[in-house]
Amino acid sequence: MSSNNGSKKDVLLEVKGLKMYFPITKGIIIQKKIADVKAVDGISFNIKHGETLGLVGESGCGKSTTGRAILQLYRPTAGSVRFEGKELTEMKGETLRRQRREMQMIFQDPYASLNPRLTVGNIVGEPLEVHKLASGKERQERVQELLKLVGLNPYFVNRYPHEFSGGQRQRIGIARSLAVNPKFIVADEPISALDVSIQAQIVNLLEDLQANLGLTYLFIAHDLSMVRHISDRIAVMYLGKLVELTDHITLYEDPLHPYTQALLSAVPIPDPYIEEKRQRIVLEGDVPSPTNPPSGCNFRTRCPRVMDICAEKDPEWKNMGTPENEHWVACHLY
Amino acid sequence: MTRYIIRRLIVSVPVVFAIVLFTFAVVHALPGGPFSNVGEKAMPEQMRIIMERRFGLDQPLYIQFWNYLKMLARGDLGPMMRMRSQTVNDIVAQTWPVSIQLGSLAVFLAFAIGVPAGIFAALRRNSWVDYTATFVAVLGVSINNIVLGPLLILIFGVWLKVLPIAFWGAEPPWVLGFLPKPTWQFWTHAVLPVFTLGTAMSASIARLTRASLLEVLMSDYIRTARAKGLKERTVIIRHALKNSLIPVATILGPLLAGVLTGTFVVEQIFALNGMGRQFLMSIEQREYFLLSSLTLIFSIMLVLGNLFVDIVYAWLDPRIRYD
Repeated sequence: MSSNNGSKKDVLLEVKGLKMYFPITKGIIIQKKIADVKAVDGISFNIKHGETLGLVGESGCGKSTTGRAILQLYRPTAGSVRFEGKELTEMKGETLRRQRREMQMIFQDPYASLNPRLTVGNIVGEPLEVHKLASGKERQERVQELLKLVGLNPYFVNRYPHEFSGGQRQRIGIARSLAVNPKFIVADEPISALDVSIQAQIVNLLEDLQANLGLTYLFIAHDLSMVRHISDRIAVMYLGKLVELTDHITLYEDPLHPYTQALLSAVPIPDPYIEEKRQRIVLEGDVPSPTNPPSGCNFRTRCPRVMDICAEKDPEWKNMGTPENEHWVACHLY
Repeated sequence: MTRYIIRRLIVSVPVVFAIVLFTFAVVHALPGGPFSNVGEKAMPEQMRIIMERRFGLDQPLYIQFWNYLKMLARGDLGPMMRMRSQTVNDIVAQTWPVSIQLGSLAVFLAFAIGVPAGIFAALRRNSWVDYTATFVAVLGVSINNIVLGPLLILIFGVWLKVLPIAFWGAEPPWVLGFLPKPTWQFWTHAVLPVFTLGTAMSASIARLTRASLLEVLMSDYIRTARAKGLKERTVIIRHALKNSLIPVATILGPLLAGVLTGTFVVEQIFALNGMGRQFLMSIEQREYFLLSSLTLIFSIMLVLGNLFVDIVYAWLDPRIRYD
């Protein structure tokens, strides 16, 4: 917590102008870059200590890429990611490896993200060893402790991932990410692959862990009601860009961006009288290709309130709320 | 696991029996017999009848087979009919070690070259290293033993005169019954036949290792391993490699069969006194007992080899449990 000029002391992670482009190449022997997939195209936000920032958006909008680029699992094309004032994008090799102790990721697919050849004890215990936190008997005890923490039987250490159900596997993934006592966890759709009844269990577990261990989450999801439940603030993403970012209550009660409004109108309400009156804003057309996004505002091709200026100018990312109660939006309507 | 192995062994008894029965029937169905033509001159009629009676060849086939089985039960692989100074047991004791040595060295070479080459190609994917390795691998798979053997003899034996071109460099008595004395002579004689037999195998192993490692490196749990903060070397050795060797182990079974048949050719090319060469000879000369007994041994080796592959498989992949 050194730099950052002493201001915004409670900010843990600062993302500025983050871009992640994947090149499309052509040619057999001499490869030539012909285009970029602009998966993440210049996004900026902060995450404060101990908060949960939800990141929502439809499939393919760049949510997961954002999470991975923040943790430097992909090296960002441009922009800055500062973790406790330290610039992650410039770190590499040994320094970056050590930095991973502080920031971990829970992966989306609990079936594919665990090495089938390692026992649960090794999956969870390996980070302890590589970061020289515990070894031998101490490591074993810590692994059992972690399994207990996520609600698994500590005697499972010698079993292999295939012997567990999806929910149990996701708990193993969570235990693994917690092993090194990280400060920050990117939860990349940790519940999408699970049964609804198990989703609630995992979300509750994540909340309990946050309360007990003081964790900070970036919670990536497309289930809006789940995000509302777990997040303090929510960022809405569309085609590689953020369109709106505010606290979870304001976002659901007073969404500013037409895309957010459309997204929220699609959430069913568990009350038949209100549900009957729910007006759905149906978006026309498909999401444009991230290789060749529309000029000006990304969303203009599908926006029900499109204006002339939308095609010409990129909307500014501005705060429509108060300095205490920020409400960021990128739209020419405001 | 022990129960599984025992069960597999019991199940393979009828398989081996069927193979031997079939071979026995086919070889007797071949025209002619061991005494129908010796050298230039035909054996006198009376002599032939006496000789055939002596080995029981005048009896019906099922009785001959039954007698053969009784011999096997006593541990007797049968007599040699034309070289009566030796028995089949003697021949096997001399030649089996040669084939085993040749075969295991070839398999060892195949893995020692194939796996690292595959890893190297996968880690430097789409680089010149990768293209060269792939090119050499395709070449290795495509060139047949029958071509490669004489080619190597021509280059290293005839032109460069650096390596011996024939015979095995070790002789009985064997260490522990089947191991050679590791002399300089043994190794120089082994180089060409082992390379001839192992090259094609190493090429297919290299290609398989490359493909499978590439697939594993793309998988989610490799990303997990990187996110843990592991060194890249640990990620590859501990997380990627063992997983990528599972498909490689799968082809070990067909490879073993390939080695067995490959020895027929390679032993012939390099004039090695191995089982494969004896096998060809036994067909030519209608040495019924030798042929049947060698078939028996080949099939037992193949059955055991496949069992070994399945055990390796279970060791590599914990999801496989045999019980």
